Amino acid sequence: MSKLIVSPSPHVHSGDSVSKNMYGVLIALVPALLASLYFFGVGALIVSMVAVVSCVVFEYLIQRFILKYKTTVSDGSAILTGLLLAFNLPSNLPVWIIIIGSLVAIGVGKLSFGGLGNNLFNPALVGRVFLLISFPVQMTSWPVPLGFDTAYIDAQTGATALAMMKNHFGTLPSTSDMLFGQMGGSLGEVSGIALLIGFAFLLFRKIISWHIPVSIFVTVAVMTGLMHWANPQEYASPIAHLFTGGLMLGAIFMATDYVTSPMSKKGMIIFGVGIGVITVCIRVFAAFPEGVSFAILIMNAFTPLINKYVKPKRYGEVIKK
Amino acid sequence: MKTFKLGGIHPSENKFSAKQAIKTAPIPAQAVIMLGQCLGAPSTPLVAKGDEVKVGTLLAKPSGFVSTSVHASVSGKVLKIEDVVDASGYKRAAIVIDVAGDEWEPSIDRSPAIVKEITATKEEIIAKVAEFGIVGLGGATFPTHIKLTPPPGKIAEVLLINAVECEPYLTSDHQLMLEKGEEILVGVRLLMKAIGVSKAIIGIENNKPDAIELLSRIAQQYSEIEICPLKVQYPQGGEKQLIDATIGRQVPSGTLPIEVGAVVQNVGTAFAVYEAVQKNKPLFERIITVTGKSVKKPANLLARIGTPLSELIDFCGGLPDDTGKVIGGGPMMGKALTTLSVPMTKGSSGLLIMPSLEAERGKMNNCIRCAKCVSVCPMGLEPFLLMSLSEQEIADWATAEQQHIMDCVECGSCSYTCPSNRPLLDYIRLGKNKVGGIIRSRK
Amino acid sequence: MDISAIIVLGGIGALAAVILYIAAQKFKVYEDPRIDEVESVLPAANCGGCGFPGCRGFADACVKADSLESLNCPVGAAEVMTKVAGILGLEAVAADPLIAVVRCNGTCENRAQVNNYDGATSCAIAAALYGGETNCSYGCLGLGDCVVSCSFDAIFVNPETGIPEVDEDKCTACGACVRACPKLLIELRKKGPKSRRIFVSCMNKDKGGPAKKACAVACIGCGKCEKVCEFEAITIENNLAYIDYTRCRLCRKCVEVCPTNAIHELNFPPRKIKEAVAEAAK
Repeated sequence: MSKLIVSPSPHVHSGDSVSKNMYGVLIALVPALLASLYFFGVGALIVSMVAVVSCVVFEYLIQRFILKYKTTVSDGSAILTGLLLAFNLPSNLPVWIIIIGSLVAIGVGKLSFGGLGNNLFNPALVGRVFLLISFPVQMTSWPVPLGFDTAYIDAQTGATALAMMKNHFGTLPSTSDMLFGQMGGSLGEVSGIALLIGFAFLLFRKIISWHIPVSIFVTVAVMTGLMHWANPQEYASPIAHLFTGGLMLGAIFMATDYVTSPMSKKGMIIFGVGIGVITVCIRVFAAFPEGVSFAILIMNAFTPLINKYVKPKRYGEVIKK
Repeated sequence: MKTFKLGGIHPSENKFSAKQAIKTAPIPAQAVIMLGQCLGAPSTPLVAKGDEVKVGTLLAKPSGFVSTSVHASVSGKVLKIEDVVDASGYKRAAIVIDVAGDEWEPSIDRSPAIVKEITATKEEIIAKVAEFGIVGLGGATFPTHIKLTPPPGKIAEVLLINAVECEPYLTSDHQLMLEKGEEILVGVRLLMKAIGVSKAIIGIENNKPDAIELLSRIAQQYSEIEICPLKVQYPQGGEKQLIDATIGRQVPSGTLPIEVGAVVQNVGTAFAVYEAVQKNKPLFERIITVTGKSVKKPANLLARIGTPLSELIDFCGGLPDDTGKVIGGGPMMGKALTTLSVPMTKGSSGLLIMPSLEAERGKMNNCIRCAKCVSVCPMGLEPFLLMSLSEQEIADWATAEQQHIMDCVECGSCSYTCPSNRPLLDYIRLGKNKVGGIIRSRK
Repeated sequence: MDISAIIVLGGIGALAAVILYIAAQKFKVYEDPRIDEVESVLPAANCGGCGFPGCRGFADACVKADSLESLNCPVGAAEVMTKVAGILGLEAVAADPLIAVVRCNGTCENRAQVNNYDGATSCAIAAALYGGETNCSYGCLGLGDCVVSCSFDAIFVNPETGIPEVDEDKCTACGACVRACPKLLIELRKKGPKSRRIFVSCMNKDKGGPAKKACAVACIGCGKCEKVCEFEAITIENNLAYIDYTRCRLCRKCVEVCPTNAIHELNFPPRKIKEAVAEAAK
């Protein structure tokens, strides 16, 4: 008999791991990826591949040669960052811009803070917002969904539903088009149904809890619902707000990022409500048509504060007699 | 289905020894009886080298308020009283007895008849429980007679019997209920009389439907005893969680269950109380589960205190070749053993043999702040925060105390669930030791 | 128009300056300027080895004290304390320089491993759990709490032996490792002339038999060293010898008689006679 192993309890483990969670989220993104391929064709494929590959390569190179420690590429978090970044980009974005976005996402958003677990902001959103500010024209030329399109750079472009809402022109897509994704936008955000399927999968596998997405949905629905009720001509319906732009993608996949969201259930709800309020304010009152990315980044900054002051409910806190 | 409100996990149950009839383990050739048999101070020996003892002879008396009597589990001659290596690798005092025959003290009633009629008064019950060295058999080994005497000013309202057995693998309580149901209920009534309550609730996890059914049937004779099936969820058998689940009250931080009018006793303790009061039998043997994935004959054994654990393993088919870890108790809260030569004690509820493949912990990664430890903590704490407070170079014990580190019940749900394999409980336990020391030094 | 803006802003500025001046005067806290001066000569390690919270706390204590007798900066030692004494016009009290020694030699070779520890990498956690990976429950656990505690990189675990070693040049005897070791293995001892010192490198309180069985170089409490010592520097308690460094004259007789080589001598020149005897024996 070999030597006995001695350790403190517990002696069993759930078998859960970082990579299992990351790959779980990736699986949940598959329906949305398929939808984007269907609507935007080869452009979506190229953008996704470039973003994923460049994120992984940058993570490996930076960890191996600049930070000089064992690379954590295998945990799947870089793949996830890449795919989420791609989902936030238009499908006709030039390759070199995507690579810059990946470098910013991984290098600045993640590794400069100390790697997975220490970053303050969602890396994919850091990359996305950086690109949005640096390349506003390319980042807002949205290809029109034309079924499986083989055109990439010179795809036909049009306005997003949110831009139409904001500036009161054109006709909004029909409700069913909004649900399924037959509209202009970033490649991963268009199909609400596909994203909701992913949400169901995440909940089923207990990878995320419902608190953040649901509180965002409810906040946005209530705020835009009140506005719509007060003035239907000026303000779009809650359905339109929920299913257009990056709201679904942001609420389900970006805001729920483990590292940058609060730890307690109460904190998660505050976080979600904050994102909802900021998103609606930006969409309705500010210059940008879309505000989910900014809302999430702003609330990311509040996460440490929320963690400090919002504590989970403790056993024995409420004494019942 | 009733359950506790906060957190909880559901580890694989792996109850291999379930429904295995209780077998009597052979009496060892030499019994090693530790003097520290309970949570408190080690007992003071009353015998000397060369003394003849019988089964049930008092070997040692309590050395303080929280301490217990220790009785001989075998008959024979006291070989020596010396320090032996215990389960933790540290040396502790023990009485070693060379076994000869199996002669019991004549006062012990060895007849199989069940004595249902309770003649002892409240005081007599408590005195016998103390005299016969009954301690909490769930694993904490707190002397039972102390729990039966509520502190002045506190009134017990209800007796809760912990028959949850939420630890994976362990089945000793389950089998005891199946075989000794009548006796257990007499024990419960004895405990009720001792505490002076008119209501008892037996909490049983729902994965033991046969025990629930059997005890419910027997309990029909006694209107004051209620059987409460509980959801299968760990740590349902934690004292505080059980109180929450069965009577919906939460024990305030830093206080005892009596604060909410509850006294919790383990089902095995109830049986031991029955034997002590009705049969004059000291606590010198108990049921222990010997189990594990590679164990040839997983079993529930009735074994004498002081039997070397290696002999119990041999009785169950020997130590498997792939053994990596041997745990005294269950996999969630049990202690890993350094050697198999250590003897059984009053607190030994199980012996779990884990294959080496499962025994090793996974590689530790960065905390990804997934908050899973927060959502599973049955006490509503933030394990990740408590760990980082005690892990950092200059530990912040003051903040740890503010964050209620002392509320931790050490159930291990956080470490179990952590996807980054972080040793959360290791560090929290360290913090509890330090903060506990600081709190004591303040008084 | 322009002039009014200048007047208003200038007025606000002047008013603020007056308020600030009054406040500074009113709430002035007198601080002995010598505290700053003393602090400037201290090593600024803030190690707490002096027993005060940081170097400023020590400087404060020095300024307030009437004599420097009980005050010593272990990091800066005599050199710094002379400077401090100079600033304060007090007499420098020479303290013997101390150094940390690790009183365990239970290397992988000397002490057989009997189980594998798989918990968190912390001596405090391992010690609270159990006696350790060997049969000696008094010895070094090798998980490096002392290394983490050291602000000067002066202690490191030798990967070959698994036992920490003290870097004599870097150790400042601040005592952080002494407090960090859950087995109380580390002691601050007199550095000794030319760094020569003798100590019992064992803390095992077991009886001779089990101690020797667990570790080849354990002190078995035989008492030979106690008998041979002419200066009554050695005492035996709980089967363990201890050398009082204030009495030890570094004669090295105890080192020679120790049957288990548990007594260590450091930085002595090689012993000619013993080697000759050993060779003769061959």
